[in-house]
Amino acid sequence: MKQGFPILAIVTALLLSFALYQALIVAPTEFTMGDVQRIFYYHVPSAWTAFLLFLINFVASVVYLIRRDPKADILALVSAEVGVVFCTVVLITGPIWARPVWGIWWTWDLRLTLTLVLWLIYVSYLMLRRFSTSSQTPKLAAVVAILGALDVPLVYFSIWFFRTQHPSPVIGGGGSLDPRMAHVLLINWAAFSCLAWLLCWTRYRLEVVTREVEESRSLESLLEGSR
Amino acid sequence: MTFLAITRATLAKDIRLEWRSKDAINAMLFFALLVVVIFSFSFDPTAEESRQIAGGLIWVAFLFAAIVALNQTWAREIRNQVLDAYRVSPAPANPLFLAKALVNFIFVSVLEVVMTPLFIAFYKLRAVGPGWELIPITILGTWALVVNGTFFAAISLRTRSREIMLPLLLFPLSIPALLGMVNATTAVLTGETSARFWIALLLAYDVVFTVACLLLFETVLEAE
Repeated sequence: MKQGFPILAIVTALLLSFALYQALIVAPTEFTMGDVQRIFYYHVPSAWTAFLLFLINFVASVVYLIRRDPKADILALVSAEVGVVFCTVVLITGPIWARPVWGIWWTWDLRLTLTLVLWLIYVSYLMLRRFSTSSQTPKLAAVVAILGALDVPLVYFSIWFFRTQHPSPVIGGGGSLDPRMAHVLLINWAAFSCLAWLLCWTRYRLEVVTREVEESRSLESLLEGSR
Repeated sequence: MTFLAITRATLAKDIRLEWRSKDAINAMLFFALLVVVIFSFSFDPTAEESRQIAGGLIWVAFLFAAIVALNQTWAREIRNQVLDAYRVSPAPANPLFLAKALVNFIFVSVLEVVMTPLFIAFYKLRAVGPGWELIPITILGTWALVVNGTFFAAISLRTRSREIMLPLLLFPLSIPALLGMVNATTAVLTGETSARFWIALLLAYDVVFTVACLLLFETVLEAE
């Protein structure tokens, strides 16, 4: 397992540089939006990666509640953390793209609002993990993660109806994607997924080591107390 | 003891406790009154547009005030290790949760009954749409707030600064419920659109989270 880490790191670095080259040089310039549209190659893959990580968080939480396996708990923690990072990237690149194209920083459109609410839900999940004092944090966190995931479809439908009542100022939408653009998008997504994998892996190992250190420390103080 | 007997016993105990001290209900009522008065200064109540935002104001006031009661729910069980006693007793966890949620439902309903006339007077409200729809909206909306609120209050019991933790957990998850309550109420008050979809959404929200909370509450109660 450990030997795989440097290989993944090298693959990620190569893929990211290749994806950068593809996105900035190879991909055709968009007809109406111009070069600013290239942020698309970062915005969309980040969003896909974030949603994938939130899905992993949900599955890992369910597995933890069933099997009580600490590995599942660590996986849930790191996927939520890295997911929030990618979701933040989405929420920052979105307005940067929207401002020159739509003329506004933000609109309460379905996808934007859904992403924002997802971000809020997972930040509150991480807050709970941070503030929790009991040794049962993993259980409580898993419960909150499951409730948060259950909330997502309800958020989707409520905003969907909310928005159909008040038409959004977004012009365009629909239309098909140039196959060359789709190609670059997929390369970028592959690179971002590798990056997310790498980050999760690093964070996972860090968390395992942290827990080992904590455990041996509490063991040490127990031994000292009995002496 | 059966499920119903435990629920009834816990419910009666909590209501009796509250009847004698009146801590939660007084704090909640006064807090809601303050919110209403502050809102009246922040948004001109005589303006015609107030009708458009009144639904939002009412529910935000109730949401904030409900937090006061929700934070009290489990705190009083900590003092004499009542919760620990409950945990070692053979009684199942769900009737306890249901009783606590019902108590909070009653408290918030009392709050709504007292505060609604005040809101109507301050904002000169009247329902342009079908007024009877406000009853299912209020019942479903209140239950949506208290069922998750009671659940998250039990979770935030195990955190530092637990009074802060409850809204941090509850608000993000309550966004669809809040959208439902506010839009349904506004739809009835202005009579411009139908509230049907929002009532259905609230119903779905209530069913999903009541079932989920009942399934997961045992895990939360045992976690110590």
